[in-house]
Parts: sequence; structure tokens; C-alpha cells
Amino acid sequence: MTGLLLENVSVGALSEVSLAVPDGQVVCLSGPSGSGKSRLLRAVADLEPHNGAISHNGADQLDMPAHQWRSRVVMVPADSQWWFDDVGAHFPYKAGENVPEALGFPSEVMAWSVSRLSSGERQRLALWRALALQPLALLLDEPTANLDGEATRAIETWLLEEIRRRQLATLWVAHDPAQIQRVANAHYRIHRARLEPVHGSD
Amino acid sequence: MEVIDLAWWKLGLAALLVLALAATGHLSRLGITRSLLIAAIRTVIQLALIGLVLEALFASSAFYWIALLATIMLLVAGREVVVRQSRRLRGWWAFGIGTGAMFVSSFTVTVLALMVVIGPEPWYAPQYAIPLLGMMLGNTMTGVSLALDRLNESVWRQRAVIESRLMLGQTWQQALEGIRREAMRSGMMPSINAMAAAGIVSLPGMMTGQILAGSPPAVAVKYQILVMLIITAGTGFGALMAVSWGGRRLFDERERLRLDRLTKS
Repeated sequence: MTGLLLENVSVGALSEVSLAVPDGQVVCLSGPSGSGKSRLLRAVADLEPHNGAISHNGADQLDMPAHQWRSRVVMVPADSQWWFDDVGAHFPYKAGENVPEALGFPSEVMAWSVSRLSSGERQRLALWRALALQPLALLLDEPTANLDGEATRAIETWLLEEIRRRQLATLWVAHDPAQIQRVANAHYRIHRARLEPVHGSD
Repeated sequence: MEVIDLAWWKLGLAALLVLALAATGHLSRLGITRSLLIAAIRTVIQLALIGLVLEALFASSAFYWIALLATIMLLVAGREVVVRQSRRLRGWWAFGIGTGAMFVSSFTVTVLALMVVIGPEPWYAPQYAIPLLGMMLGNTMTGVSLALDRLNESVWRQRAVIESRLMLGQTWQQALEGIRREAMRSGMMPSINAMAAAGIVSLPGMMTGQILAGSPPAVAVKYQILVMLIITAGTGFGALMAVSWGGRRLFDERERLRLDRLTKS
């Protein structure tokens, strides 16, 4: 199988989580806050010590330096961070020239200063910053949390297009059932220490 | 030229000034009285003792006594570096990194200055070796502790930024880039400022002391230049080593940020 594979991963309160995320598909994770969704994503990004094996297309996490793994399996946290003054400094050299229209920014956004961005704008740019790295898999932690309804739909559509076109295995933490309905190929809910598959519409 | 010796009771006059300051501080509730008095008492006792030790040392000038004193000075400086960090690495790491960095930088630079530049006979002659090493250690200690304190504090505060940079596939060195620069800056600032103001705004303590003790100013100035240059080099290399070892220790073998390795003192 190609894609992201988690075998018996234990981190924090979660134990023995096994999960397959095929390339080009979205697997949604939901669960009450504090149940360990974000920690699971952090473990997949190898930011958190964990047990079990994680691999992508047969390449094991531990077979390569951690930064190389993280540039293939890129995580976008719920609150995006910006550390330079200008937006453009956070992006790889060429990424600034073709900011996708769906994000709703004028072309000179790269020259803007970060301090004038709203939290929604930061979140949208953070998604583009991750995609500009040409990753193989995406870990999204509530990627539309700071967006209003209309922007949420637009970003979802754009993300799904990119995920299909680039064949990205995507693990997507969400809490809105309607959003999960729209984007998920599969949906798991965290129940106690386990992942439970959720079928159909509930 | 004859040096005027100071009688102990005359130092009491200077002590009265500190007491007056302490009393003022106490009356206006500035909260510095206690630490001021303790530090003043410490300085008197410590310096009086080191005077006795140096007298004995100059009389014997055996290498192992000098080495022993140098080791004690280094260990005390190492402890001082640890307590000056508000957040520090757990276990022996804080002491080990600080002491190691100070040892490599200040001992190397001091030995170099003794053997190549000053050239006393023997090279470890205590009259040169001990004051030089003392000044090196004192300044390196300040630089290393400021740099490590800044490093740990910034890493603690900027956890989210560092982890975001890691998430984007950056190496731990890249993710720490800005913080390392700040830490180095804060460790080096005192030496750089001292060099910039030397002679114009401030007359450095060592030169003043040498002139008071009867040296011709031209000689005192040359020693002062030597000391300032090697102090800056020693502080810089010490801070550099401390920041790079300390930074390395804040990440594990999978380049994860490990704030659990820090503890608040």
C-alpha cells in the first residue's frame, strides 16, 4: 500500500493506534479536546517521543534524519507561527510568485508585514507555506478553525484539489461533523485510548 | 615609587558608605538591603582570604598549588553560572556545559597569553598566572551565564515558533538560528561595551589598580589592552561553546525540542 502507515503507535493517552492513510485521501480524526488528537499528529511528525512504527510509502520514520521526515510529512498546527517581519521571508524562494488565487490574496502579499495579517489570513498562508515545501503527506490540525463559513468552504475545496492533484496522504483533525462529511474519505473518532472508525453520517 | 599601604581601619570608612546605602535602602523599602550586605560581607571575606592564599602561593610558587587554586576558581565559577540561570538544564548538564565552556576558553587563552605574549619564567609564575586567570574566568563567567540564561529563556518562551520551524522540515540548528544569535549577543555585549568605552568613559579597574600600585601608565595601558583583548576572545569563545552545547542538549537525537530537560531554579 502507498501512503502513510501507523502501526501500534502509542503516545500520551492513546495506545496501540494503527491507521492507514492512502495517498491522495483524507482521513479525519475527531474527539473531545484533550483526547490526544494533536499529540498523535505530533507523533506522526516525530515531534513527540512515541512507541510503534510510522512509515510513508515503505520508508520508515527512523530510517532518515528527523528534519528530512518532517519535510516529507508536514504538519500545520492549529495556531500558525510567524517569526520574521515580512510574510515572504517565511517562504521558499519561488513560492511567493504564485500564491494560489483560492487563498484570496493579492500578488503583493509576500511584501506584507506579518503584523497586519488577521488570524484567518495567517492560517491560510500557513497552509500555503506547508504546501510550498512539496510534501508527500499533510498533517492538518483544525486547518479552518479561524475562518468564517464562506472562507472555510473555499479553503476546503482548494485543499482537496491540491491533495488529489499532488496525491498527498492527509490526516485531518476536525470537530465540525459537516466538514468531516465534506472532506473525509474515512473518519475515526478517539474513544478512550483507541481510535474507532465512524461509518456513514452521524 | 613607593606604594602607600592601606590600613584595615581605613577600609572601614569605605564600609560605612555601604552601610549608609543599606540603611537608606532599608528605610525606603527598596528590598536590596539584604543582598547588598551579604554581597559586601562576602567580598571582604573572600578577598581577604585570597590575599592570604596569594601570599602563600607567591612564596612557594609550586605548579600543583597553582593548578589546585585554578581548579577551585573554575569550579566556583561553574556553580555561579548555574545559579545565574533562571531556567537551566536538569542534572549535571548545566554545570558541565558552563564549566566545560569556561575551562576550554579561559584556560586556553590564559595559557596562550602567558606563554606567547607575556612570557614570565616559569610560564605559570603565580604573580602573572593567577590574576590573569581570575580576570578571564570572571568575565567568561558573566558571558557564559548571560548567554545560557538567554538561550534557555528564549527557547522556553518561543517553543511554538521553534516547533513550527521543525514542522516545516528545518534542522534544529535552523530552528534555533535567531535564538542563538540573541544568546551570543547577550553574552558578548558586556565585553564589547567595555572595549568601546574603555579609556574614554571608564578607566578599567585593572589599569587603575596597576597605576595606583606604582606602574608607569604606559606599561599599565599595554597590560590593559592585552587583558581586554583576551577577555573578549575568551568570553566570545566560551559563550559560543556554551550556546552550541546547550542548544544541542535542548534537542534529542530525533531533533525534537525537549523542554522537559529544563528546570526552573
